[in-house]
Amino acid sequence: MVEEIGTTTDGDLIINVGPQHPATHGVLHLVITLNGETIKKVEPHLGYIHRSIEKMCESLSYRQFIYVTSRMDYLSSHINNHGCALCVEKGLQIEVPARAKVIRILMDELTRIASHELWWGAMAMDLGAFTPFFHAFRERETINDIMEETCGARLTMNYMVPGGVMLDIHPNFRQRVHDFIRLFKSKVHEYEEMVTGNIIFQNRMKGVGLLSAEDAISFGCTGPTARGSGVSCDVRKYYPYDGYEQLAFDEVLETAGDSFARYMVRIRELHQSIRIIEQLIDNIPEGDFQAKTKAVLKLPKGEFYQRVETARGEFGVYIVSEGGTTPYRIKFRSPGFSNLSALDHMARGSKLGDLVAMMGTLDLVIPDIDR
Amino acid sequence: MNDIHDISSASKAPGPRKASGFITYIRDVFYAVKSLLVGLRRTGYYFTHHKEIITQQYPDNRETLNLPERFKGEVVMPHDENNEHACTGCTACELACPNATIKIVTKFDLTPEGKKKKAIDKFVYHLELCTMCNLCVVACPTDAIKMAQTFEHSVFDRGQLTKILNKPGSKIREGVE
Repeated sequence: MVEEIGTTTDGDLIINVGPQHPATHGVLHLVITLNGETIKKVEPHLGYIHRSIEKMCESLSYRQFIYVTSRMDYLSSHINNHGCALCVEKGLQIEVPARAKVIRILMDELTRIASHELWWGAMAMDLGAFTPFFHAFRERETINDIMEETCGARLTMNYMVPGGVMLDIHPNFRQRVHDFIRLFKSKVHEYEEMVTGNIIFQNRMKGVGLLSAEDAISFGCTGPTARGSGVSCDVRKYYPYDGYEQLAFDEVLETAGDSFARYMVRIRELHQSIRIIEQLIDNIPEGDFQAKTKAVLKLPKGEFYQRVETARGEFGVYIVSEGGTTPYRIKFRSPGFSNLSALDHMARGSKLGDLVAMMGTLDLVIPDIDR
Repeated sequence: MNDIHDISSASKAPGPRKASGFITYIRDVFYAVKSLLVGLRRTGYYFTHHKEIITQQYPDNRETLNLPERFKGEVVMPHDENNEHACTGCTACELACPNATIKIVTKFDLTPEGKKKKAIDKFVYHLELCTMCNLCVVACPTDAIKMAQTFEHSVFDRGQLTKILNKPGSKIREGVE
């Protein structure tokens, strides 16, 4: 434990990164024990933006609690809302219309692309390259415009409701998504040219932050972090929901386990998401966008769990119901928390300058870690 | 023999390249210069193609800035030209709101027949508590409230964020139950 900031009895230096440090993507506080420039220990301190979301949800009804989850992992808010809606539907045994299912998957994959785009820009910015950030935001802005038109918000959508989606898609939606796919395909080669192939970038990423498959499993890492170490863990493949089982897409796997492998997983996932969107965008079935539900939702007594694959990994919703209108207990399993726990293991023995690169490839979103 | 083996395995391992021979070193240098030039070509492309730049000059473009119709800015209550609204005071929105943003104060009006009729006195809306989740608009059975496209909400006094949405002297539209 850190009693005092300064030096330990062994003569090691203790420094703080954060909570308000430009390299940490938010209010993440890392206490780092250094021997010269070599990292001996990284200790994340949490609690700076704890909002007790799980406790809050206990006083909200099953329609109301979904909006709170947009504030957890704000970059994949659609997917968080999707998980909550699915969990409530599981309890009430609501059959979701086919149109709503397709809209949900389209929104999920657009969110995943937007999230990976932002990560790509921020990742390059962590390593000192500022221009890629703007290039990433150009494509992301197109997705945000699509979201704004259909859902009415750019980040905290609250679009998925138990039984389907809140509103039908905007008439322009199809055209806009086609425009986005065209723009993305014409610009994605820039990512390779500017960042992936860059020698400085490769030298800072390859062989840095090694995480073996065994460690990834034992730390509970999911998503691109685990898939970069060769752990096959895509929830969309293993526990498909809302029709992912009918779609053709590959689970992206890299085996190196270093920062570059995690980077490549996300870059390749962008193309897989585009592949999913292309399969669905011209095949949105006609029909209702929302199933008929009762005015007041009451889950039967019992426990319900639903997992979804967010841009960062596996997101789980666990609801304990006593049969009332509000949940007795809600637990969210957020991917960022488990992924952060592997940081100490990865960073030990490497240099301080590489720590930011490792943090970048973990794709940390602090409100997701600290709910 | 053992040493040579070690060096060759080190060059294969992922990680910062170590100089393992003069030719590899030269090749690495050329590869490095080439990768930097490829990146610079992108920079040069955007330097000469001004039409590709998509910066928006906010706030100078306020007149031409059109937000989508569904954009969730704040809750408003539309009134028609007779200063009439469609709110019956059923409190469905108040119950749907997760943050107690809406408070409806009701009163009893006398109808021409002399009967008492429930109507809204004040529709109090706390913008400072609102998360723009749209649940109240969806819950409203008479479409009395909707989301407006305003988004510049900053004020100097917090009290200005508490709004009364029904206009003074307004009453419920005929035929809305």
